[in-house]
Amino acid sequence: MKKLIAWFDERIPMTKTWNIHLAQYPAPKNFNFWYIFGVLATLVLVNQILTGIWLTMNYVPSAEGAFASVEFIMRDIEYGWLLRYMHSTGASAFFVVVYLHMFRGMMYGSYQKPRELLWVFGMLIFLVLMAEAFMGYLLPWGQMSYWGAQVIISLFGAIPIIGDDLTLWIRGDYVISGATLNRFFALHVIALPLVLVILVFLHIIALHEVGSNNPEGVSIKKPKGSVPESEKPKFTFHERFTKKYDIVDAFPFFPYYIVKDLVGVAIFLFFFCYVIFFAPAMGGLFLEPPNFEAANPLKTPAHIAPVWYFTPFYAILRAVPDKLFGVILMFGAIVALFVLPWLDRGKVRSIRYRSTIHKVNLTVFAISFIALGYLGLKPATEVYTMFARIFTFLYFAFFVVLFFYSKNENTKPVPERITK
Amino acid sequence: MKQFIKNTLLVAASLWSVATLAADPTVPLDKANVDLHDKASLQRGAQLFMNYCLGCHSMQYQRYNRTFKDLEIPEELGVENLQFTGEKVGDLVTNAMTAEDAGNWFGTTAPDLTLVSRVRGADWIYTYLRSFYVDESRPFGVNNAVFPAVGMPHALQELQGVPRKTTEQRMIDGEMQDVYVGIKADGSGMLTEAEYDQAALDLTNFLVYTGEPMMLQQKRIGWYVFGFLLVFLIFAILLKREFFKDVK
Repeated sequence: MKKLIAWFDERIPMTKTWNIHLAQYPAPKNFNFWYIFGVLATLVLVNQILTGIWLTMNYVPSAEGAFASVEFIMRDIEYGWLLRYMHSTGASAFFVVVYLHMFRGMMYGSYQKPRELLWVFGMLIFLVLMAEAFMGYLLPWGQMSYWGAQVIISLFGAIPIIGDDLTLWIRGDYVISGATLNRFFALHVIALPLVLVILVFLHIIALHEVGSNNPEGVSIKKPKGSVPESEKPKFTFHERFTKKYDIVDAFPFFPYYIVKDLVGVAIFLFFFCYVIFFAPAMGGLFLEPPNFEAANPLKTPAHIAPVWYFTPFYAILRAVPDKLFGVILMFGAIVALFVLPWLDRGKVRSIRYRSTIHKVNLTVFAISFIALGYLGLKPATEVYTMFARIFTFLYFAFFVVLFFYSKNENTKPVPERITK
Repeated sequence: MKQFIKNTLLVAASLWSVATLAADPTVPLDKANVDLHDKASLQRGAQLFMNYCLGCHSMQYQRYNRTFKDLEIPEELGVENLQFTGEKVGDLVTNAMTAEDAGNWFGTTAPDLTLVSRVRGADWIYTYLRSFYVDESRPFGVNNAVFPAVGMPHALQELQGVPRKTTEQRMIDGEMQDVYVGIKADGSGMLTEAEYDQAALDLTNFLVYTGEPMMLQQKRIGWYVFGFLLVFLIFAILLKREFFKDVK
């Protein structure tokens, strides 16, 4: 066995990679509940890819066959329903864990220097994930698939001059049709997953280059030679991390965080499996009732709502009376997150040591996001629209206000080391 | 901070009250107590469907033999009594009405009913089946309280009898108005009111089954999965404790 490993190590950095990224990667010792969602996102990604491959084996990507083939999978394929529900539940679960993962980053300042690029890769993952989910939702070819896509693609028509040609180019037809379905299928099963996996790879490489942040927002890297031997952890970390710094308050990711994460994974799977086996439609949130009716270009549903994970942005879009400005604001809501590392000019990372105004600001932001998500599910009545405008304002106010107060923020003293 | 929390709660509360007020004013739906374990009810529902619905409404994603197996109907009995037009037992439950014919006869195609329970919900179907009433202004002489201007005749009329809408005079906004209170059949049907309600429930039950024929199997497996996860969780906790002895 040793010989075999040596044989590989001479030809490929096998043990070295294992050590750098797992067995000798220093992870801060104070990770809490919020640090499980990165692992869970990876788990859901694997789930989506595996179930997706098997679904592809029986799915028919054509306007005539798509809806029936999904029902074929649900009824005639042994455990086809399980694959399909794992995939559809996985889509929603992906957004649940990614939203929580992002919020963790915002709470503990994980986007701040030197982790800006890590954050940007994360945002790119989020963007591709949204495209992936949007295209995937067209594939069952139900009423909501069809009309939801119709609404979203028509948004591109709001762009001046090139708008109409652009929507035509995206759809490949004058309306959503089999041509649209085919290209969305190709993008959903090959192009975007490939991009997603590459981005996840870059995200992790970038993370392991700068090291993990933690709930205290305190660096575990101390200047070389500044830490007495007695204070250092008893574990071996890879020389890549210890060459320039003394590492404190950390232990190796493998096996310690792996076994800790297993507990989190088990708890997550309880929720995940509850939905799969007992409430796959999740009361119409994960699988919308009108989507059990085959797409009908001649019959518009009374109320078109995107799936829940898009509704915060959909609510922003609808809050604006002008279509073009609405589209700009909707994309602006995502762009604002992209540039967050540069909008926040603070030096203190963790919310634990930041000012009260920051705590309030972030709380208002979280409430606005959830409220917008709720409003996006509801029909655009006058009252709802008014609320959507208020929360849209508060959503953007977070970034504006942050930019100003973070320069000279009244923060609490940050400890030298991780104490808790 | 306290003031802030108070304010957010206020906003949340007002949002909530707005949400409840904005619910659509429709006929209240009756609760359908469907029970997928009640095979006798499902069998009666299948019988009703094949006899009264299948003429116009297909069930194109569901197969005969799957239905017989799940409903515990012996295959020979099923072929003999529930298949009328010589299909093979492995065939999908379709009918011969073309979209063109349907358009000519009814002005619209009769929707496929395999998944209707997932689109509309059991309560809606149950109430719908019991909400036809005589309305001479409609092409088929009937209308439906749940589905206004419905495009089909009352297929179950020979069972229910002739149903009439009953209204009540109530004071609304200072004016006396006729308010819909329910349906009353004239007693000319083959079934009593209670029997008809049961028939409607059986049919609803069957449609809930066809919407998700895997549901019982799914839930059974779900419990085993929970059992496994519980064991997995216990071992994961023990494993974590063992390893974290090094760290503390």
